[in-house]
Amino acid sequence: MTVTHDPASARTDEGAQELSSRDIVSAIERLHELGAVLRLSEAGALEAERERTPDDETMIINMGPQHPSTHGVLRLMLELQGETVLRCKPVIGYLHTGMEKTGEQLSYLQGPTNVTRMDYASPLFTELAFSMTVEQLLGIEVPERAVWIRMLMTEMNRISSHLLFMATNGMDLGAVSMMLYGWREREETLRFLQEVTGLRMNHNYIRPGGVAADLPDGWRDGVLRLLDMLPGRLAEYDTLLNGQPIWRERLQGVGVITTEECLALGVTGPILRSTGYSWDLRRDMPYLAYDEVEFDVVVGSYGDAFDRYAIRLAEIHESMRIVRQCLERMPAGDYRIQDKKVTPPPRARIDESMEALIHHFKIFTEGFKVPEGEAYVAIESPRGELGCYIVSDGSANPYRMHVRAPSFINLQSLPHLMHGGLVADAVAIISSVDPILGEVDR
Amino acid sequence: MSEESLVDGADAPAEEAVVVTETLFDVPVVHSGGQVVLHPTRVEYPALLGRLHEDGFHSAVDLCGVDFLTHPGRQLPAGLEPGRFEVVVNLINHRSRARVRLRVQVPESDPVVSSATGLYPGLDAPEREAFDMFGIVFDGHPDLTRILMPEDWVGHPLRKDYDIGRIPVQFKEAPAVRG
Repeated sequence: MTVTHDPASARTDEGAQELSSRDIVSAIERLHELGAVLRLSEAGALEAERERTPDDETMIINMGPQHPSTHGVLRLMLELQGETVLRCKPVIGYLHTGMEKTGEQLSYLQGPTNVTRMDYASPLFTELAFSMTVEQLLGIEVPERAVWIRMLMTEMNRISSHLLFMATNGMDLGAVSMMLYGWREREETLRFLQEVTGLRMNHNYIRPGGVAADLPDGWRDGVLRLLDMLPGRLAEYDTLLNGQPIWRERLQGVGVITTEECLALGVTGPILRSTGYSWDLRRDMPYLAYDEVEFDVVVGSYGDAFDRYAIRLAEIHESMRIVRQCLERMPAGDYRIQDKKVTPPPRARIDESMEALIHHFKIFTEGFKVPEGEAYVAIESPRGELGCYIVSDGSANPYRMHVRAPSFINLQSLPHLMHGGLVADAVAIISSVDPILGEVDR
Repeated sequence: MSEESLVDGADAPAEEAVVVTETLFDVPVVHSGGQVVLHPTRVEYPALLGRLHEDGFHSAVDLCGVDFLTHPGRQLPAGLEPGRFEVVVNLINHRSRARVRLRVQVPESDPVVSSATGLYPGLDAPEREAFDMFGIVFDGHPDLTRILMPEDWVGHPLRKDYDIGRIPVQFKEAPAVRG
């Protein structure tokens, strides 16, 4: 390992990732951990100062990284006074595997295999963001059928991701039967994804230039089976959860955030929409063919954990509307671009043509070269804005590949959501943010 | 920002746009495949953020670092001195539905940029990540610590002179046939 001389580490404090006691931390840092997002008013600062309690009345505890409700390996350091959370600091990096560094070693064709493992609950979205960025750099447009297949598959994936949220959210709050139901329906959705892509998760299906394979025979039956089954099941959830006073009590008014705070923190997705702010990249900055389909952007009004749950439940219905339109309007044609530079020759040609064999071999060993430049493309994942930034130096590997992971940014809202709440509500709040730690740590 | 400037960028090929140095907010601007890219210097960067914030770019989407150690000959607007590092910031204006990208050159000898967390608190974690991965120091950041790597880690992994890890592979003889 080469270690460069590093003037930066000499000048900064590289310790103290953790939450330290109040008399050590600076005032700015403490306000930050209190969840002061925007600049505080003088009255607010005074109040925050009054909250300064002696250290012997408070306690700093670790929640995670092995806590079952932290969705993987999220570690929260909480400062408690009795049952009340005063400060909170997420400590992350336990799942860091250097995927952005790995991405620099892989060719553009291998790239989706890598990025699909970031957000493992909605893998197709990261593949889509990566592929769209590469296509932007190449300056190519994918065929219409590929666009609609991508829309169909990502909306299916959005359904499965939100169903997973329903399951884990229920489990975190003690509604264990909800967990079983959510898991059951998610498995049905994954079965469809498996029929098309061959895998339940980490599909490597959406690739630069189109998709890996055409929709299989009988795909319409698979879609229709889901569209017939889901509405009844979702109505059951509605009865089971929305109609249940315990569920509402646990979620309503818990973890409230405002629109201004969301925008300042860069928080997107269902958390931003729960504050009543209608922002969805699918409608506001359309990509694929979202400007041709009809759907509603669901917003909440209180910005609490219940709104975030209800929005995701309603978004499943909206995704089903889009899937139905994809089913009706799926165009015929090619499922990937016929560009010799990017697309390998069809399997049948390899048997009869030496040139096709060489071409195939070269694409899969050397990859294809992408013109020099840089691009950022963003899409709406189930968790918010998912962006991919690629710098190309003209070779067959990305020079720099960065993924703007919505969970990573959304986690910053945790100190704010937790401040002043009960430690029992912390579980509900983490769950309502719906972080995927693979994406947070990358 | 007007809609026209965005449309112009979409029409012009990327190579030609680099040669023509036009300015937006008194800063060189490049249209890279329809995306608006501003090139402020480190000195201009904080003031530019302030002006963009006033102009409606209320939300910072993303910040990341890039290390150009092995790719020095990249295209930049005329008169701009390339640095080893770049800090890339993506801002969004929800009202006009416009995005803008800032590329700030950071020299290797003094990798310090002023922090944007005062204006955009959402850049807190991304700046920590850029510090962790590239060793770029964000002056004025309230809590500039490593975020993804362990606290006692030495070096900055996404730098180009930081080797990737390999597990040595030893090839052994084929196992003996089981008798």
